[in-house]
Amino acid sequence: MKDFVNLINAIEITNKTNAKIQALVDYFTKATDKDKLWLIAIFTGKRPPRPVKTSLLKLWCMEIIKLPEWLFLESYSTVGDLGETLALLLPEPKHHINKTLDAWMQDIIALKAKTDEEKKAYVLNAWSGLNIQERFVFNKLIGGSFRIGVSKKTLVNALAKLSGIDANQLMHSIIGNWDIQTISFQDLVNGEHINYDNSKPYPFCLAYALETNINALGYPNEWQIEYKWDGIRGQVLKRNGEIYIWSRGEELVTGQFPEIETAMRQFKNDFVIDGEILALKDSNVLLFNDLQKRLNRKNISKKLLEEVPIGFYVYDILELNSKDIRDVALEKRRLFLEQLFASTDIPNHIKLSQIIHFETWDALHSIRKNARTINSEGLMLKQKASPYHVGRKKGDWWKWKVDPLTIDVVMIYAQKGSGRRSSKYTDYTFAVKKDDGLVTVAKAYSGLTDKEITEISRWVNKNAIEKFGPVRTVKPELVFEIAFEGIALSNRHKSGVALRFPRIKRWRRDKSIKDIDTIQSVKSLIYAQ
Amino acid sequence: MKLIRFTKKGLYCIPGKFYLDPWQPVDYAVISHGHADHARWGMKRYLCHHHTKPILQHRINANINIQSLGYNETISINGVNLSFHPAGHIIGSAQIRLEYKGFVLVFTGDYKTTSDNLTSPFQPIKCHEFITESTFGLPIYKWLPDTVLKQQMHDWIATNKSNNRTSVFFGYSLGKAQRIMKMLEGVDDIYVHNAIYALNEAINSTDITLPRTNLITADFNKKAIQNKIVILPPALLGSKMLKRIPNAATAVCSGWMQIRGNRRWRAVDAGFPVSDHADWNGLLSAVKATEAEKVYVTHGSQATFSKYLNEIGILAEEVITEYGEEQMEDVETKVAAT
Repeated sequence: MKDFVNLINAIEITNKTNAKIQALVDYFTKATDKDKLWLIAIFTGKRPPRPVKTSLLKLWCMEIIKLPEWLFLESYSTVGDLGETLALLLPEPKHHINKTLDAWMQDIIALKAKTDEEKKAYVLNAWSGLNIQERFVFNKLIGGSFRIGVSKKTLVNALAKLSGIDANQLMHSIIGNWDIQTISFQDLVNGEHINYDNSKPYPFCLAYALETNINALGYPNEWQIEYKWDGIRGQVLKRNGEIYIWSRGEELVTGQFPEIETAMRQFKNDFVIDGEILALKDSNVLLFNDLQKRLNRKNISKKLLEEVPIGFYVYDILELNSKDIRDVALEKRRLFLEQLFASTDIPNHIKLSQIIHFETWDALHSIRKNARTINSEGLMLKQKASPYHVGRKKGDWWKWKVDPLTIDVVMIYAQKGSGRRSSKYTDYTFAVKKDDGLVTVAKAYSGLTDKEITEISRWVNKNAIEKFGPVRTVKPELVFEIAFEGIALSNRHKSGVALRFPRIKRWRRDKSIKDIDTIQSVKSLIYAQ
Repeated sequence: MKLIRFTKKGLYCIPGKFYLDPWQPVDYAVISHGHADHARWGMKRYLCHHHTKPILQHRINANINIQSLGYNETISINGVNLSFHPAGHIIGSAQIRLEYKGFVLVFTGDYKTTSDNLTSPFQPIKCHEFITESTFGLPIYKWLPDTVLKQQMHDWIATNKSNNRTSVFFGYSLGKAQRIMKMLEGVDDIYVHNAIYALNEAINSTDITLPRTNLITADFNKKAIQNKIVILPPALLGSKMLKRIPNAATAVCSGWMQIRGNRRWRAVDAGFPVSDHADWNGLLSAVKATEAEKVYVTHGSQATFSKYLNEIGILAEEVITEYGEEQMEDVETKVAAT
């Protein structure tokens, strides 16, 4: 397992994607075929079920180290990862176990059926036979999640570099149906188990942000205007009875959105369409935060399907009945799309993107301003004569987002981040004034530089009111300007308002708590939208 | 017996009328070691170990009023017997022992309990009251033996060399840089930043001889340092100077590198948990060896460590001071920027 541990170390320490890819390629070059397959399985969620509950791992570790639970928890909140905390707290190894990744994984599969006593004996023996790094990896293998900054995309890019095979095809191969016990590495990479002709996507056509005055775009009637949505851009392929959904990040996400997959079967024709995956309830677009609850889940519960139903707004059509029509003018492609929709009885959650009718550019300003009320993030401007370009090209497509709203708030809680950010206080809760006190309005965790985060972490350490645990209440002193895309009344929030996509715009060192917004001034933004 | 009062300016010895590592200007300051959070400017008089003297003269001012002592040498100040004892933290670092009418108190400053072949090794001292640091006062901090770390660093340099890369280490100019130099002595030519070079010269003016290093200037010869070893202060991470170093592989040497999150935060190519502070077991063994009736815990994990000491039957109390690694980083930044 030494090579696998070195790989994990190499991947973790760097934030450069190329270095991660190189480390993966190095591993693939050295490892046995079985270990290569395990690596792919581990990073694509195809791993054996967890044989031991993490609460048991914690219990066994505490029995060995004989430290009070509060001290264990304090260590955990400093480290931010249970598997790593256990690895660090356990005593030095007494012997050394050297096994391949495959051997470990076969053990872990077999462990599932054992008794707790047998499991304990196995785990304790492994712990005393591995060094800290190996122990950490072992805990991760046994304990489930393995989030270490390798996306499927990175993995696929490494395999592409290694094999020379098209990355999207590899994406389908690794996500497709395969069984580690029966497939060979070469067959997997060659895609013997899939039909890439059916799943091959097109590159997305992307827009730049509008940088000139809109009047400079020429005649309004040359442009098709639609709302811009804050969901996940998706490409749906229907070919020979098979359906595939690709995300803009070139990940195959078909299984995550059964609502779209099922609905697409209603169509008689084959096609490739481009659109936005959105959380859609009673014909209203929900916030991205809601959509997020549906992402990257192995199993989607019935409750979640009801709570956050998915819809698809269709923007464009790239292929119709096996014919690539990307060079056809947008105006014409839109007609194809409308015909496609007219000829079929389609469920309500698959919708054609609405075309906004307007006479003058001036009229468009107020439409854009009101976009927020329907949870849209602005407008898309597309030249009617434009082809469906490959990638980002200036001139034909523009995005014209609404300006974010901003308020001044004070930090009241700080929490350590996870992963790379687990050593610093990076997640903050903010409040505004209400009567004589404060009320929480938002949580945000982005928008600051590493240097600012370091400085704020130091300040939190000095100004925290609690001394233990992961969340620190701090003196309400640091003022931030936060930006957000929209605001609505909400009875789920104590403040009575919900902000859409709040993030830190800047740290207002020039302001103090007297200068922050009040809940009244925040609410007044709702009516001003 | 109340020998020490914790004041806004620092730790005050009541009968002796002097301060230990004060953070505001006072008349008489006894200094445990040369790090900027313990040895500050503006004191009318300084007292420290012989090896710390040239460091303070370099860092603060050549004209400060300064007196120095050797280890285990006792002087009397207003009836208080004061002596320095090795703390093993950095060159010249001392625990400060105070004795007054048979009552003994020891202030550690910063310390580590393992030997690094460079500084005089830590010596436990029996006392009634013990004031200890707690930088790494959590059981997750357990250092690997120096021999293991040394091997890891040598291996890393060898790999870099075979990949045609220059090995760049980041460590505080005072203490960590010299420790790295010692660990890498004889492996290859070592180039150091001016902030480190100047301190090396100050240390070499005593009876200590450091491994030989070369000064890396702003207009350094890229060819000469290719595939060699470079040591820079942490503030130069991401600097122009680093960008000029051909094919640099970067590593941070610090106890904080024990935690993955910290290693990843720095966005370097390697992190070696080389620390000049005591780890969890080091702190515990140091406290127990003093047989102190009362332990005061300063900078670091003071809340956690004092709570734990109380639970295992050692009377302990946390004390808020202005010492700490992070403050030092600020000072390093200023030093390195010049």
